[in-house]
Amino acid sequence: MSREPYLLPDGRVLRYTFRERLIHWMAGFSYVYLLLSGLSFWSPWLFWIAIVLGGATIARELHPWFGVAFFVAVCLMYRMWGRQMRETPSDKAWWDSIGHYIRNEDDQMPSADRFNPGQKLLFWGFFWNGLLLLLSGLILWFPQYIPWNLRFLRLAAVIVHPVCALLTIGLFIIHVYMGTAMERGAFGSVIRGDVSRAWADHHHHTWYQQLLRDSASRK
Amino acid sequence: MSQASTELIRISGHAGPVPGAGVNREFRVAKLVDTTTCIGCKACEVACLEWNGYPFSETSFDNSYQTMPETAWNYWNLIKFNEHEDPEHGLMLLMRKDQCMHCEEPGCLAACPADGAIVQYANGIVDFQEANCIGCGYCMTGCPFNIPKFSPKARKVFKCTLCNDRVSQGLEPACIKACPTGCLHFGTKSEMKELAETRAEQLRTESGFANAGVYDPPGVGGTHVIYVLHDASNPELYGGLPKDPHIPWTVQLWKKPLKWIGNIAMIGGVLGVFVHYLRFGPKVVKEDEPETKGERR
Repeated sequence: MSREPYLLPDGRVLRYTFRERLIHWMAGFSYVYLLLSGLSFWSPWLFWIAIVLGGATIARELHPWFGVAFFVAVCLMYRMWGRQMRETPSDKAWWDSIGHYIRNEDDQMPSADRFNPGQKLLFWGFFWNGLLLLLSGLILWFPQYIPWNLRFLRLAAVIVHPVCALLTIGLFIIHVYMGTAMERGAFGSVIRGDVSRAWADHHHHTWYQQLLRDSASRK
Repeated sequence: MSQASTELIRISGHAGPVPGAGVNREFRVAKLVDTTTCIGCKACEVACLEWNGYPFSETSFDNSYQTMPETAWNYWNLIKFNEHEDPEHGLMLLMRKDQCMHCEEPGCLAACPADGAIVQYANGIVDFQEANCIGCGYCMTGCPFNIPKFSPKARKVFKCTLCNDRVSQGLEPACIKACPTGCLHFGTKSEMKELAETRAEQLRTESGFANAGVYDPPGVGGTHVIYVLHDASNPELYGGLPKDPHIPWTVQLWKKPLKWIGNIAMIGGVLGVFVHYLRFGPKVVKEDEPETKGERR
């Protein structure tokens, strides 16, 4: 982690650095294109999306390239956040209280570090599904180079690709909902980068307390 | 098919019945390939290229009389050769004209996501409409016969049209016209099936091919190209003709149950978070919280 000061003046806390926000949106924008163009190939009822995107032929050409961009972003995230996303023994207690979290009874939740176990699930869900989407996507990108006797690869890819995509869509719906509507202040943290001290303490108590201790010891 | 607009059903001011009304015309066509009378002259390959305007391709010369290993995007008709040592009939040089089978249940069409890129006509011809093709190659995955081929230049997929342009004008396909031995026939599906069965019976009773039979695989609902084989119990011998072709199960799973499960899950997910918001609302942080809960700086 960079040594930027996390405790900002005016009672704000730096939640995501510029690099973190930039990589997040590299993944975000490429994912939205992949989602829209992918849905247009998924169902005839959604084929119109490809027309809005400039025609299905162009969407078919660009979808794999956006896939590569998305995977690069996921790899950068892994380098940036992989260590902080590791499972810790306290995660189980958090998952055991997930009902309180859903009902917004946050005072009954165990305190979370920089990323809570739900965010870790989101990260690893996108990471592993992203890897499978890349592998199956490479087969779907160049079906003409898969010889007939390796046809099972193509037949597997047409199942693996949509299944993994659907799993990420599930994560994506929850992620967008929580990041915009449910967690007030979260969207600002990934745009401007900062949150209020109250927000940091409320949602990521362990992380915030560590920031305070680090700040005190540096003085 | 082509006669559909000349067949009358009503006539104004006309006394008496409508001539030809109620006639049960068979529109479904079929190509019959009798592998037992094919001499491997490849006239059909040439006729196909000439009619469809593709250049001749160099042969690959891989210890076979075959022009190339498999059909290509601009080479839709290929005689497949196989030297087969038969315990009863000795060395047999098996030749089979390989091309699109024009399945009654086409796997290419089932797999295709592009509106109108693959159509099936009432006469049974399955045709690619390249203007609508997006070049995804799903048809290549859906086909059990390895027929659709991707053109790297056009970035679209091509295959045999069963000379739809000729058939719709009442002509037979170009390959049929070129065949010098009469091993290729074209007509209605029922006529061709009858002719094929007659020939197979002849092979069984008069030529000593006890396993002779007709290849019209039911796994894909029957095909509009049918074969007479000396040994119908072993179609793989004829350049890898699949014994029981069907639309691959992963393609069926993907296009039917998975599509519905996925659609319900996606709509359910969006509705789910919306209902959550109505029921529980946002997580609100009280701004004085750190003063009471956390340490003071």
